Amino acid sequence: MSSVQIRDVRKSFGNFEVLHGVSIPIEDGQFVVLVGPSGCGKSTLLRMLAGLENITSGTISIGDRVVNNVQPKERDIAMVFQNYALYPHMTVGENMGFSLKLRNASSDEINKRVKRAAEILALSPLLERYPRQLSGGQRQRVAMGRAIVRDPQVFLFDEPLSNLDAKLRVAMRTEIKELHQRLKTTTVYVTHDQIEAMTMADKIVVMHDGIVEQMGTPLELYDKPENQFVAGFIGSPAMNFLKGHVRTNGVATFEGPNGVKLPLRTAPAASDGRPVVFGVRPEHFTIADDGAEAEIVVVEPTGSETQVFAKLGGEQVVAVFRERHQFNPGDKVRLKPDPSVIHLFDEATGKRLNT
Amino acid sequence: MADIAIAPRAKPQLREATAWDQLRHNRNWLGFWFMLPAMGFLIFFLAYPLGLGIWLSFTDTRIGRVGHFIATENYEWLWDDSIFWLSVFNTLLYTFVASALKFAIGLYLALLLNENMPFKAMLRAMVLIPFIVPTVLSALAFWWIFDSQFSIISWSLKHLGLISQNINFLGDTTWARICVIFANIWRGVPFVAITLLAGLQTVSPSLYEAATLDGASSWQRFRYITYPLLTPIIAVVMTFSVLFTFTDFQLIWAMTRGGPVNATHLMATLSYQRAIIAGQLGEGAAISSAMIPFLLAAIMISWFGLQRRKWQQGESND
Repeated sequence: MSSVQIRDVRKSFGNFEVLHGVSIPIEDGQFVVLVGPSGCGKSTLLRMLAGLENITSGTISIGDRVVNNVQPKERDIAMVFQNYALYPHMTVGENMGFSLKLRNASSDEINKRVKRAAEILALSPLLERYPRQLSGGQRQRVAMGRAIVRDPQVFLFDEPLSNLDAKLRVAMRTEIKELHQRLKTTTVYVTHDQIEAMTMADKIVVMHDGIVEQMGTPLELYDKPENQFVAGFIGSPAMNFLKGHVRTNGVATFEGPNGVKLPLRTAPAASDGRPVVFGVRPEHFTIADDGAEAEIVVVEPTGSETQVFAKLGGEQVVAVFRERHQFNPGDKVRLKPDPSVIHLFDEATGKRLNT
Repeated sequence: MADIAIAPRAKPQLREATAWDQLRHNRNWLGFWFMLPAMGFLIFFLAYPLGLGIWLSFTDTRIGRVGHFIATENYEWLWDDSIFWLSVFNTLLYTFVASALKFAIGLYLALLLNENMPFKAMLRAMVLIPFIVPTVLSALAFWWIFDSQFSIISWSLKHLGLISQNINFLGDTTWARICVIFANIWRGVPFVAITLLAGLQTVSPSLYEAATLDGASSWQRFRYITYPLLTPIIAVVMTFSVLFTFTDFQLIWAMTRGGPVNATHLMATLSYQRAIIAGQLGEGAAISSAMIPFLLAAIMISWFGLQRRKWQQGESND
């Protein structure tokens, strides 16, 4: 186990820069999730950490050692690939023991460690099988087994669950988290799925277009997104955004499209008339007499909650209610965002304005 | 589509299906009809000539004279014929050396072309050139290259001062064997290289990355990943290569006609010489038929080599 320091790392392919100076400190034993839309550079960063891509500038260190020019096999890391990359001509046991075999470990040692990893992952009955004979979830576990056997300083996961069906993905998510709690190995996990990020991470790093937008614990990111991108990316259904202006004469209010007026608890300093984006999470709407009028478009009940799509000042918004209202499309309701948990962003820069 | 429901048709009369109806409509018979053209083609152009050839080998047929059945006399005659045994030796030597070198060079080229390098597409196209030139033309070119008087190799070496006399490439037994084997390799390498390259490209790059992280050196990546995954395609390509080389005729006939002193006579060229040039059809057919056990052995080896390996079996739901 080791800490990992990523300092001002840049990566260019030819003249095209894909990572523009990324710095991420990772503590020993931490589970860090790099999340972002495709093309944001998260996988490239992971592959640089693994040594599969070289580093254009900046440094990456594992433990106390700068690994920029260290061969992948000397870095003491293990990686789980998106397509698992299991060797098709080797049995499960051989797949898991391959790295030890290359290290000239004795066959007793290999057997012992493969057996132990197989027990952890409930793979013991499958050791003699070939990857083709396994289900998707089993292959995924073999890929993790191959990583565990080596007992590395750092685990790297590259979108390991994206080839699984929805149900299995949820199960494997829990399994990976449980595994981390048991082994406490420093883990860097790449995904584009913010739910995976929220559920598994100690620390989430949101990346976008080759920069880090924000990092922090899942709930920090959820409650205090630093900019509009993070606000929109984290959370499902996504946060609602309304464009408008701040008014501070008398009571602080947000003036939205088509005369929608929403209350603010406090207005940011010197912000009268400032163009802003007002953000509110779907679950922070309540039905109240002093709310803004909206017309219901679609109602989607899921049992535990109901998602309501409505037109608020001409803009589509989504609200989630846990209590069961009787709504029909076309109904008029008064939606009121909770002023204590709303978000204000600068319209031009997307930066968060309220604290 | 509104006129589907038109006037009800007269009910078809029920009758027993005749044998003719069954021949026309039974699924099994239908399959047979579809197979018939291909079957006819194979029987007429492959099985019949093969059978006729084997039959001829048991007769004393000559050109212009219908033969009589003489049982295994041709084979007994060949058994004591040292030239026949020389041709068997030549064929085995030719096949073994040429195939082994074609495999080695082909695999090397395939690995090389699988790397990222400038002008990759052009290099791949260039490798194919020997394959697309008609065999006889390339054989004629080699004939000139190895000519005793006008050889460009002798000329170059003489001008470099390395030799003082022309090398008698096709006149010396050892040199002649080397030359025909060289020409065969030159011609056969592209097939091996391109087929193996196709095989290499089916290996997922992530396997190499995984192996790199597992600590494999480039030799270990070849030994433990590339080679095992390539074995099925190696089996196919080498079977074809061995069959083509064993039955080679054009190159030899155009370059040496089996000479000097029968040193490059293969079974195919000897058979041609005895049957067509000398007119001894029966004896020539016996030489051709003697190739069958060798070819069958090669096919059997590849058959067992080609058996789907355990790791290829099972679900293919990836």
